[in-house]
Amino acid sequence: MNSELEQAPARTPLYARHIALGGRMVEFAGYALPVNYSKGVLAEHLFTRAKAGLFDVSHMGQAFLSGRDAARKLESLVPGDLLALEAGRIRYSQFTNEQGGILDDLMITRLAPDAKGERLFLVVNAACKAADFAHLRTKLPELRLDILEDRALLALQGPAAAAVLERYLPGVSVLAFMSQGAFVWRGFELYVSRSGYTGEDGFEISLPADAARPFADALLLEEDVEPVGLGARDSLRLEAGLCLYGHDIDTTTSPIEAGLTWSISKRRREEGGFPGAARIKKELAGGLTRMRVGLLLEGRAPAREGAEIANADGVVIGRVTSGGFAPSLGRPIAMGYLPPAFALEKTLVNLIVRGKPLPARVVATPFVPNRYYRPAQA
Amino acid sequence: MSETLFTKDHEYIVVEGDAGLVGITDFAQGQLGDVVFVELPEIGVARKQGEQAAVVESVKAASEVYAPVAGEIVAVNDELADNPALVNEDPHGKGWFFKIKIADAGELSGLLDKAGYDALIASLT
Repeated sequence: MNSELEQAPARTPLYARHIALGGRMVEFAGYALPVNYSKGVLAEHLFTRAKAGLFDVSHMGQAFLSGRDAARKLESLVPGDLLALEAGRIRYSQFTNEQGGILDDLMITRLAPDAKGERLFLVVNAACKAADFAHLRTKLPELRLDILEDRALLALQGPAAAAVLERYLPGVSVLAFMSQGAFVWRGFELYVSRSGYTGEDGFEISLPADAARPFADALLLEEDVEPVGLGARDSLRLEAGLCLYGHDIDTTTSPIEAGLTWSISKRRREEGGFPGAARIKKELAGGLTRMRVGLLLEGRAPAREGAEIANADGVVIGRVTSGGFAPSLGRPIAMGYLPPAFALEKTLVNLIVRGKPLPARVVATPFVPNRYYRPAQA
Repeated sequence: MSETLFTKDHEYIVVEGDAGLVGITDFAQGQLGDVVFVELPEIGVARKQGEQAAVVESVKAASEVYAPVAGEIVAVNDELADNPALVNEDPHGKGWFFKIKIADAGELSGLLDKAGYDALIASLT
């Protein structure tokens, strides 16, 4: 009985709200979360692209990493450039292993320093968080790691997100893309990041667990906001060409293979100093054996994770790592890995589904143009 | 006069004479969510009872659809190619999958009637 209790999925502060909203609950990374609400994945996806979707991502790991030279020290575990990161700015990076594979991907915000040194705010994947935090404690014992188990995380994503959130958090709408600010709502401290996982403008809001339900309720009363579950979260990020850890990236794929070279600055490419730097250097010098590509299927049948990718002669040359129906395009799309010779745009391949070849062509990602907040230059 | 019977896997068969129209139940479409593609069998092929006859792809996952009884596929619902959402909108009507010529009417007695199927759903929800 005890073991059953231990295995029961954890609940986020919004669990009762998900049930009340008609959420179809599933277990995801050890948490009970809604895959969709009553209107379904398609409607939730399209609503997010048209207005604003509210996502409960409280299962993700949040932590402060602080101490003397925290940014420089964290650079020993990730290829991202943290020295060049200004206070209030966010960097996307990856924990790499000694082979140059990816242990997890994460968001790193540099906060203003205090008397004890530098402060970083980390958001990591739910399925990896225990391992990530153990990794940080083992590798960087001189830094202080405060895991924020009493904070929830909400994402408000879509073209209406900024206007809606501005009504509750004045000033939030001018926050730059990939930057973070602290805001107060009804006495609660919120850390608001202009970032997301949909390709839309939007925000990720870290807030005390006690504030999550009233804040979500307030947003859900807005005509332009509807709740969105994990199903549409996945289809939105797939259309945006964003990697899902454990699927498109894992301990065997390098950031270069995964097309994440943009997240490694020139200095870090040259200097190295992170696990697996040798492989990354070699791959950057032309030693790539496979690359993540976007795949646009010709027909209506979707190809899902695990489907083999074959060339015109029927030889298997790669594998689909994410795939499904793209609601905004009305057709199936996929991502997968192919040798560089087949990774050029417009290359024709076949995705093997139930033994049948489905014609597809290599395309650039994102599949749906992203609409991040880019204010016009003054 | 037609009779609708059900499988434990949530297919229905509307029996009319020696043939039956097969689809998935309203409960099944609700569980699957938005249907985006249906792979139908070829006309003329034979299926055993319980053998895979079609695949329904929702935004979430692919699910197999089994033949409720053995028989030959004599018609398929071509409208699903352009409008797979019919499975969600009208599962017991315009969202039918295929028509099967029933090889052994005796197999029908192993299927659930409406009351039996309703009881099954009640036990699942």
